[in-house]
Amino acid sequence: MKFFSPIVWQLMVKTLLWSLTGLTIGVLFFIIFVVFVNGLPQLSWEFLSTNPADMGRSGGILATIVSTLYLIVIALVVATPLGLGTAIYLTEYTREGPGTRIIRFGTECLAGIPSIILGLFGFAIFVMAFGWGWSLVSGGLTLSVMLLPTIIRTSEESILAVPLEYREVSFSLGLGKWQTITRIVLPSALPGIATGIVLSIARSIGETAVIIFTAGSSLRFPNTIFESGRTLAVHFYILAREGISMPMAYGTAAILIVVILAINISAYLMMRYFLKKYS
Amino acid sequence: MAPKIEIKHLSVAYDQVPSLRGINLSIFDKEIIGIMGPSNSGKSTLLRVMNRLIDLTARVTIEGQVLLDGENILDPHYDVNRLRTRVGIVFAKPIPLPRSIYENLTFGPRMHGVRDRRTLDERVESSLKAAILWGEIKDRLHESALNLSGGQQQRLCIARTLAMQSEVIMLDEPTSGLDPISTAKIEEALRILKKDHTVVIVSNNTKQIARISDQVAFLLLGDLIEYGPPDQIFTMAKDKRTEDYVSGRFG
Amino acid sequence: MKEKIIEKILMILAFSAIGLLLLITVFIFREGLPVILKSGLPDFLFSAKWAPTKGRFGILSMIISSLAVTFNAILLGVPLALACAITLAEFTPHRWVVVLKPTIELLAGIPSVVFGFLGVIFLVPLIREYLGGPGLSLLAASIILAIMILPTITSISIDALQAVPLLYKEGALAMGATHWQAIRYVLLPAARSGVVTAIILGMARAIGETMAVIMVAGNALKIPGSVLDPVRTLTSTIALEMGYSTGDHRQALFAAGIILFVFIMGLNILATTLMRRK
Repeated sequence: MKFFSPIVWQLMVKTLLWSLTGLTIGVLFFIIFVVFVNGLPQLSWEFLSTNPADMGRSGGILATIVSTLYLIVIALVVATPLGLGTAIYLTEYTREGPGTRIIRFGTECLAGIPSIILGLFGFAIFVMAFGWGWSLVSGGLTLSVMLLPTIIRTSEESILAVPLEYREVSFSLGLGKWQTITRIVLPSALPGIATGIVLSIARSIGETAVIIFTAGSSLRFPNTIFESGRTLAVHFYILAREGISMPMAYGTAAILIVVILAINISAYLMMRYFLKKYS
Repeated sequence: MAPKIEIKHLSVAYDQVPSLRGINLSIFDKEIIGIMGPSNSGKSTLLRVMNRLIDLTARVTIEGQVLLDGENILDPHYDVNRLRTRVGIVFAKPIPLPRSIYENLTFGPRMHGVRDRRTLDERVESSLKAAILWGEIKDRLHESALNLSGGQQQRLCIARTLAMQSEVIMLDEPTSGLDPISTAKIEEALRILKKDHTVVIVSNNTKQIARISDQVAFLLLGDLIEYGPPDQIFTMAKDKRTEDYVSGRFG
Repeated sequence: MKEKIIEKILMILAFSAIGLLLLITVFIFREGLPVILKSGLPDFLFSAKWAPTKGRFGILSMIISSLAVTFNAILLGVPLALACAITLAEFTPHRWVVVLKPTIELLAGIPSVVFGFLGVIFLVPLIREYLGGPGLSLLAASIILAIMILPTITSISIDALQAVPLLYKEGALAMGATHWQAIRYVLLPAARSGVVTAIILGMARAIGETMAVIMVAGNALKIPGSVLDPVRTLTSTIALEMGYSTGDHRQALFAAGIILFVFIMGLNILATTLMRRK
């Protein structure tokens, strides 16, 4: 090491670091490229609007799209009030103390639970104990547990970002606490909260372990939430693993990535837009 | 004539540290009361007691009484929200809500049940006129209030309390960050407003206090040193400390 | 009055998170603990004999496989992640960072099953061709996991590096150090706790990963002798056998879940304590 002057050494290090970074980004683009090249040709209106047939060898992915939507809606309907309520309670109704510390500890732990354990939990409680069997409702409720910490965290951050002064103005105009929260704080915090929800959607779409254990993998078109259903990600997994149909697998993967990319990019743009607008 | 607001033996302490000590003060309607004194004298605390905004602060101890039209507003059973509609406040930094000008003004009234569009429009117009802002923005009512200049925003905040039809208007160093023209406009507005309101203004600017007040209160480190008309306070002060403050020996 | 009711409702909602945590812990333990008690904890943990049909539940080979996969993933992923973090935090003009950082974070959004799939199609044959073995191996799983935990570690490390007060770096540069020397001898040590936290979180993620690992690891139930051997991790076992297990077998899978749960909880708590102490 002493043979090289520090400047030469730095140049070598920088080259190395940049190559590694380039490698990483290259991998990302490689993944997206491969999936798109093989999968985008599969995407057609028919593909999206027909149900899978022949164990997924032919037909389209309609039923899986519907199942995925059901699942996400159920998860959000449960997780959003819980998460938002927790965030509001933490920020507006309490000061830091033993109570809030317990809540935060619980939230952080919940965030760290791996999806497969959540899947086990969902299986034990919804599928078995409640007797609902493999169903979209079991999957949705389990998924909501997974989304809860994220929604709590982003909601809390957004609410804290609303300037204290707005609350003072609201109180000085004679508004009560809950009125202040619903009329002043939440509307201003809405962009951040919405972003958190949107990002949760992106996460849910890619989830597999949680869902296989709780919603099952039935290919039938779901008519009620108590039926089993196969989501896009699960469908992809089964197609890929069982080697059922490469084109179908790529097509499903392409949809998955397109949707997730679209959601992430729009969430990012949404945040940028609202940050500019309100500051 | 009975005072609009009577403050009796008011003492306030934050975390055991006294901020106001045994204040006795009578504030009469249709007058401008100027409260002056160096920093940390408790001036802002006094205002915040009068609309019980002080409730929002933790670990505060309050003793004494504050009577508004004879009723003690410090009583736990007193309707705090109603109090705040009757006693409005304008803060040192203009704080427009992130809404349009129109919505800023109608926000309070709407929350308290005023729905009729015409009534709201009237209130918007009359409050903006009283705050000497109507002419400048009457064509921009639905634009964002955040686009206004500092002076305009502050007049908007004054208009906001007027739209609530508050009887008492309190201003906490309202012109401290503003240019002379905006300051003059606000002082002019207050002179007109005092004819139907009670105005309480806190200021570090003794000249401003001298200009517009009917009565002056001098607070020093939590004590009310002297209270009287500006002539007395500024030229024939009874207390030496008042004289020192007024002539700039400290402050 | 209404205000009091609202406050109570919100309080109940707020304690739901901890309530759920307790619920999850109770359920998992309730299902799995009996088997651990029956076989005895040492036997459960340290026997490699996993023969559910015969009532033998030793998860040693799975534990070792999980640890091996994670350890290798860290070995491969951390240098790469640190390289990216340093490059983005120090050597990239701000305009590019705004684009590149989210790009790397996008990698985190790609579903694990897609990683597994591409791993099977591209990585596994490569390993089989050039290194030998069935391709479906410990190595394949490690590589895929390394790529998967990369965004997490990079992101947190970038934040840690950027959190170091500018003064430190400026001080070093003022003394005549090159940029890299300032990074190596001042910034990195100062950011150490943040980077360590990032690594711990990456570990927790890797050890909990299921789908991608199932697809490329080979799922042979034995203690790996080399990186080219197929392995089966704790997560793979649970996922693969859950569907058709009954009775004791099923409970044993929950028991494996308990071990996993405890281990990952430990890592997460460690990470949060480190983050707080900073």
